[in-house]
Amino acid sequence: MTRLLPFMLYRLGQGVLVMLVVAFISFSLFTHVGDPINNMLGEEVDETYREQLREDLGLNDPVPVRFIRFVGNAVQGEFGVSYRNSIPVAQLFGERLPATLELVFAAAVIALALGIPAGVYAAIHRSRPSAQVIQILSLIGISLPTFVTGILLIYVFSISLDLLPSFGRGEVVDLGWWSTGFLTASGLKALVLPAVTLALFQLTLIMRLVRSEMLEVLRTDYIRFARARGLPDRLIHFRHAVRNTLVPVITITGLQIGSLVAFAIITETVFQWPGMGLLFIQAVQFVDIPVMSAYLVLIAFFFVVINFIVDILYHAVDPRLSGTLSDGSGKGMP
Amino acid sequence: MQWMRTTGLSALAVAGCLIAAPASSETLRFAASGDAASLDPYAYYTTFTSGFLQNVYEPLVRYDETLNFEPALAVEWERTSPTTWRFRLREGVTFHNGNPFTADDVVASLNRARAENSPYIVATSAISDVEKIDDHTVDIHLDGPYPVLLNDLAGVLILDREWMEANDTLRPVNPSKGEESYATTNANGTGPFMIESRRPDAETVFVVNPGWWDEPEHNLDRIVFTPIKSAATRVAALLSGEVDLIMEAPLHDLARIERTEGLKVLSGKDLRVMFLGLNQGAAELNASTVKGRNPLSDVRVRQAIYQAIDIDALNQKVLRGLATPTGILVAEEIQGYDAELAPRAAAHDADAARALLAEAGYPDGFDVGMDCPNDRYVNPDQVCQAIAAMLAKIGVDVNYTSSTKSIYYKKMLSGGADIYLFGWASTPQLDAYALLNSVMHSKDGSKRGKWNPGGYHNARLDELVEQIQVEIDMDKRQEMISEAFRLHKNDYGTIALYRQPLTWAAKQEIDALQLADNKIRLWWITKN
Repeated sequence: MTRLLPFMLYRLGQGVLVMLVVAFISFSLFTHVGDPINNMLGEEVDETYREQLREDLGLNDPVPVRFIRFVGNAVQGEFGVSYRNSIPVAQLFGERLPATLELVFAAAVIALALGIPAGVYAAIHRSRPSAQVIQILSLIGISLPTFVTGILLIYVFSISLDLLPSFGRGEVVDLGWWSTGFLTASGLKALVLPAVTLALFQLTLIMRLVRSEMLEVLRTDYIRFARARGLPDRLIHFRHAVRNTLVPVITITGLQIGSLVAFAIITETVFQWPGMGLLFIQAVQFVDIPVMSAYLVLIAFFFVVINFIVDILYHAVDPRLSGTLSDGSGKGMP
Repeated sequence: MQWMRTTGLSALAVAGCLIAAPASSETLRFAASGDAASLDPYAYYTTFTSGFLQNVYEPLVRYDETLNFEPALAVEWERTSPTTWRFRLREGVTFHNGNPFTADDVVASLNRARAENSPYIVATSAISDVEKIDDHTVDIHLDGPYPVLLNDLAGVLILDREWMEANDTLRPVNPSKGEESYATTNANGTGPFMIESRRPDAETVFVVNPGWWDEPEHNLDRIVFTPIKSAATRVAALLSGEVDLIMEAPLHDLARIERTEGLKVLSGKDLRVMFLGLNQGAAELNASTVKGRNPLSDVRVRQAIYQAIDIDALNQKVLRGLATPTGILVAEEIQGYDAELAPRAAAHDADAARALLAEAGYPDGFDVGMDCPNDRYVNPDQVCQAIAAMLAKIGVDVNYTSSTKSIYYKKMLSGGADIYLFGWASTPQLDAYALLNSVMHSKDGSKRGKWNPGGYHNARLDELVEQIQVEIDMDKRQEMISEAFRLHKNDYGTIALYRQPLTWAAKQEIDALQLADNKIRLWWITKN
């Protein structure tokens, strides 16, 4: 444990660097996404006023100047005002973040709750036809693009069966600044299709990962030794084998939560889910630079934090790592 | 006398409203591709936002079913001198918060709209001063003779002065200075509906304003609006019955919607006229191997391009026959339209086009760039690809670039596009002047020719435009507008294509009046 603190500081420093790099790259890209002025002002506003607004917004300054100004403000917690919604970015994110986090949470729960058992089952009974079917289904799940899955689900469950809503979040309840859809029937119904759509890819990924890890573990000496001792299969599989497959699963799941937030862009657009992803895609089309830059930095922040937590979790799950620094590349074995 | 008549009517309306109220208990759910950018009437100068807000706020003068002026918050008006207009305001009108509507509100609103950093300054640029005469009379003073003041005022919605003062929003928002306004997220108008709740980009709920001065022709008491960005999801929401009406129904789904029992398509002609802009002022084209000269500078080449395009086929194949081909860049409803200029400038004739090219010195054609946005207008990408194919038949090889509107506008406005698809709706003024000034007048760097990056130039047309701006004799003004349009047409300054289709879809039980300006007027919708 003595080496944990410097390790944490080291990772923290890396994290700050990552966020700065992300901010800088996104700022360099913004010069290629077009001019927000045409979206903010009507076609008939004359050039003098346009130029004035461009100057006021600092759009004429070189990228490094704008970048430094952004970082300076961001350090003070100031992210500016959205060009498209004319409300402060921080307030906008406060409104949208709960929607995305609830969606990601539901998707992660679905992916883990179905993915791990399915993977274990496919590994233990790998010669059974049912396990083969799971394998094939997982291939489909991993190769279908999210928007196709989303539209298919809408077609089946909203139009044909008329069971679930095709868009939106249903009725939400405000708990302070957090608006939740978990407390109403319509909110929960609205969550089903987007959560399943978002979970599908992760589910199949986790399932395939658990299966292959499990197969590997089942071939190791200590499992064979346990069998030789005559321990019942159930105990071998679920006490010894599953536990040992979990280290890589934690890593991947952790990192995938970050990509769930990122993948949510497409799911949210298909289902008009009023979260961060939809906000971002609209910001890109509008060239809403304050929202885009804050969003990208926030996503980088999520990844940094998640990686950090995953690193700490390693130490909890695998005590052998306490003496070494993880390289964060997966198994963390010395 | 008109003033007497309208107050009488509004008294009747109040009585009618009280009697009719219990009969109406319908909720309308509708969806469009985007949300209103703000509830602040002067924050964004865009069609959807102003259409959305005119259900809550009202102007002094509004448009009737045929897009002609009718009294709204003003009951009568007259020009008292070439530069002064007097407006008599409607009495007995209250804002949603109960405050009476008076001349102070008009003065404060117009001053807010024309404040220095207001995006609405364009709609009020002719106004030099607004003067309260008495509680229900206002004089508007102008910088000079100005023919389209009513057109401007029809777009300026009126706010309550006390409400603005109490919430510190007498000035409009300047997003660049980090200002936010109470009016961005709250509304208090005089209109037929009040906003009950709103989550931007998710849901806005309107309820009926029981104290509205006008006679309600709708039977709604609650309206739920949801923006649904994805066209497929928007259609799905209609097919599954979750919404009653969708705006911007995608053309390729219309057949499907019509086949579905209980649904119908509402289609009309949009005010927007689509055309191709041509880079004719530059010495050379941007994306061509022809160097040292610019083929598009030659009027014969421009005419050849026009004659190569079969607009009827384009309409039938790409726009499902819903567009209206036209030879003039404004719609019939627009002040300044001239029916004589509506037919094609020259027939579609590929052989004639090839002959013209040969005559101009390009017997084998030439290559040229073309830019189109892919997320604005109706089916822009398909339209441009079809046009590229038609031009290929006369030997004009198109290097086609399709991009998102922000990138497209930037490239096009800086003169980087050779041929570009563009459209002009002549909103909010519904007058031809803005088109003449912005699209046809040569570029002068500030006020004129902003949307003429192709560099079309005709000295006589420039002169006419400058006269049209200040001519208040409407007959003389129309003559000059027609002359300007004729010059532009004969020069093939742009390639006029068609009026864009306007497509909504709804449940059978919905009756909606669809006006060509594509603004939804909830007060004319009934649900049976």
